Amino acid sequence: MRQPKEQSQPSPSSQEEPFDTKLARRHRLGRIWLVVFQASTIVGIVALVALLLSIANSAFGYVIYEYDIDPAELAGGDVPLEELPKETLIAILQENISDGAFRRLEDLKPFADRSQANVYRLVIERVAEPKAVEQWTLYQSLFNRSAIFEEAVRDYPDGELRFESWFDPHFVTAPQSSDPVQAGVRTAILGSLWTILVAFLFAFPIGVGAALYLEEYAADNFLNRLIRTNINNLAGVPSIIYGMLGLAIFVRLLEQLTSGAIFGLTDPTTANGRTILSAGLTLGLLILPLIIINAQEAVKAVPNSLRQASFGLGATRWQTVWHHVLPNALSGVLTGTILAVSRAIGETAPLVVVGASTYITFDPDGPFSKFTTLPIQIYQWTARPQDVFRNIAAAAILMLLVLLLSLNATAVLLRNRYSRRL
Amino acid sequence: MEEPYADPNAILSSSSPAAKLNLRKRPRIRETIIQTFLFLCGALSILVTIGIVYELGKESLLFFTRQQWELTNKPLAVDINASVTSFQVGESGSDLEVDDVIRISDEIMRVVAVQGDAITVERGYQDSQATSHTAGIEISLSEQVTLREFFTTTEWNPQIGKFGIWSLANATLMTSFIAVLVALPLGLGVAIYLSEYASNRARGLLKPILEILAGIPTVVYGYFALTFMTPLLRSILGRDVVDIYNTASAGIVIGILIIPLVSSMSEDALSAVPRSLREAAYGLGATKLETAVKVVVPAAISGIAAAFIVAISRAIGETMIVAIAAGAGPAFTFNPFESAETMTGHIVRISGGDLSYNSLDYNSIFAIGLMLFFITLFLNIVSQQIVRRFREEYE
Repeated sequence: MRQPKEQSQPSPSSQEEPFDTKLARRHRLGRIWLVVFQASTIVGIVALVALLLSIANSAFGYVIYEYDIDPAELAGGDVPLEELPKETLIAILQENISDGAFRRLEDLKPFADRSQANVYRLVIERVAEPKAVEQWTLYQSLFNRSAIFEEAVRDYPDGELRFESWFDPHFVTAPQSSDPVQAGVRTAILGSLWTILVAFLFAFPIGVGAALYLEEYAADNFLNRLIRTNINNLAGVPSIIYGMLGLAIFVRLLEQLTSGAIFGLTDPTTANGRTILSAGLTLGLLILPLIIINAQEAVKAVPNSLRQASFGLGATRWQTVWHHVLPNALSGVLTGTILAVSRAIGETAPLVVVGASTYITFDPDGPFSKFTTLPIQIYQWTARPQDVFRNIAAAAILMLLVLLLSLNATAVLLRNRYSRRL
Repeated sequence: MEEPYADPNAILSSSSPAAKLNLRKRPRIRETIIQTFLFLCGALSILVTIGIVYELGKESLLFFTRQQWELTNKPLAVDINASVTSFQVGESGSDLEVDDVIRISDEIMRVVAVQGDAITVERGYQDSQATSHTAGIEISLSEQVTLREFFTTTEWNPQIGKFGIWSLANATLMTSFIAVLVALPLGLGVAIYLSEYASNRARGLLKPILEILAGIPTVVYGYFALTFMTPLLRSILGRDVVDIYNTASAGIVIGILIIPLVSSMSEDALSAVPRSLREAAYGLGATKLETAVKVVVPAAISGIAAAFIVAISRAIGETMIVAIAAGAGPAFTFNPFESAETMTGHIVRISGGDLSYNSLDYNSIFAIGLMLFFITLFLNIVSQQIVRRFREEYE
């Protein structure tokens, strides 16, 4: 790298080393830097591995639970609580919670229709009320088991020590709750799906339309050059700025529309415009430049001979685009769109600004309801000081990564299935 | 692209004059409608930009022009009528200074001189009516944010009306600087390795792995920074040195986040350098390292510089990592192990609560946002210009 200056001097000076020793040094330098280059690649991979491990580390591990009422005590006899018939469980439930609470449960879903497993869950949640009093990471759980067992016996004689996978079916299907042991991410998953559905419906047609315009119609004039440059610049705008745009336009200016008031909806809980629709449109604006840029690439890749053949047969420009260019570009367009959508799923900052709810326990039921999303949940839980929230944050991250992975797998499948050889 | 019906009339009419075929180009309404729709789709992007600038600009303007009245808890000590310009005020409450704009009930006054508890004022300031007031009315003080205060002071504390952007901007610069320190050398190293050294198989394996890093949501990186990087720094440097929330940990993790951005953009630039340049260097006896560093990298320098600038812009705009790991609460500090709130982190924290429109807080985040928008826009444009102007065209 830093070669001495005298090399460029025309006459070899007296201090010049003999060629052989210099060559050896040059090669040694080459080997050293190769190690440096390899090391930087390895650092990147190590960072990725550390990231995944630190998530797994928190998502699994030993936990000590303490119960308000021990489940064995509730069951009474020799049969464990889990295996009691539904009727007995309902009786236990009715005995231990207030009549009002019992009626609310009945109203929510009649006990006759509930499964035994569901009632068992209710008994655990409402009557036994487990509290996670201490938890260990996966690393500690694997390599420090005896110490954990000792401590559990010594410090928590009433507690139940269990190896917990925080990311389990209950976590995925349960609604949000302020109790970390009972909390789940169903509300958040549904919120995420709703918002990206709105974002997709908004951004996909417009993005593809814009790409078709720029590639198939636009003449090379000032306006179109401006549009092109502008799209590239928009792709580099920080996502939080889109959030502020969404707050100013969708939440505040178009409140009547986004809260559903002009459609006659007057639900007081959603009337402030901080709805799925606002969030979806904001994310739509955010991914629009990405969709346009990806779709442009896909449209560009369609060979010109196809267009000329179509024109030669007398097709109009739109007929050419609709019947020949678009079908051939579709796999590329879809792949690019899915990549953009997976970016939208992970976005947090714009949704915080637009006004995601921090705590809702009911499922979103349409574009005008309040929402929370998976990344928002992760952010909320990570920001809590108690350790047990870190565990469920890690489980929520696993859920988010599973969602992203399946989306990306879909993108790969689509590309393989629809990519026609041209 | 040629219009398919150029002028067929001229050819056809000469060969068969009898045929009354109308081959003139007909207006195609459907085509026009579709074309207009597609144009509007394209033009929407311009509307988005205008929307960003307009909304952010409008709220920022409000931020700099609105007058807030803050109670001083300082009462008027004597009765005054409409013509008195010097009077006594109470001893309690916050002090008044020359040039302060004060309000007593509906009348606005400007303080001209202060002598102990007596002040001299200019009555009926800002088109208000000079009227008489009774003793005991509390005096309100005008809090107006000036551009000068915004850009030159270092304390940001909306509660007491301090709006100095530098405490937030400084934290942003710190995290970005640390991120760049991590990402630029590593990213360039990765790019040189992948493009100049790695076999096709190794590249095919390593590139997608590194791209996973770019696809992970930033909130996950925030979690990583708080639960892995911060404890790591604390165990290396000591718990007394490193706070739980600190800019160093956030900066390092932002750096990890932008490594793939730097490496993939730089690698594209390096791979675009034609083989002939490398072969010429080998032919002159250069080693592989010398070829890579003295021939290929300089030839691709415009692309690499563009990658660096895009990475810086990305680091400045990064939000969730700093919101989670860098700490809440503005602080003007150059110590990377102390907590400090960045511009983006502040916007997230303020807007996360119940934010009422037309409050100074609401306006202030738009002023920060506007500044952020212009910084990143400027960097992106510079990056594009570098690519356009300094690109070495080969073949």
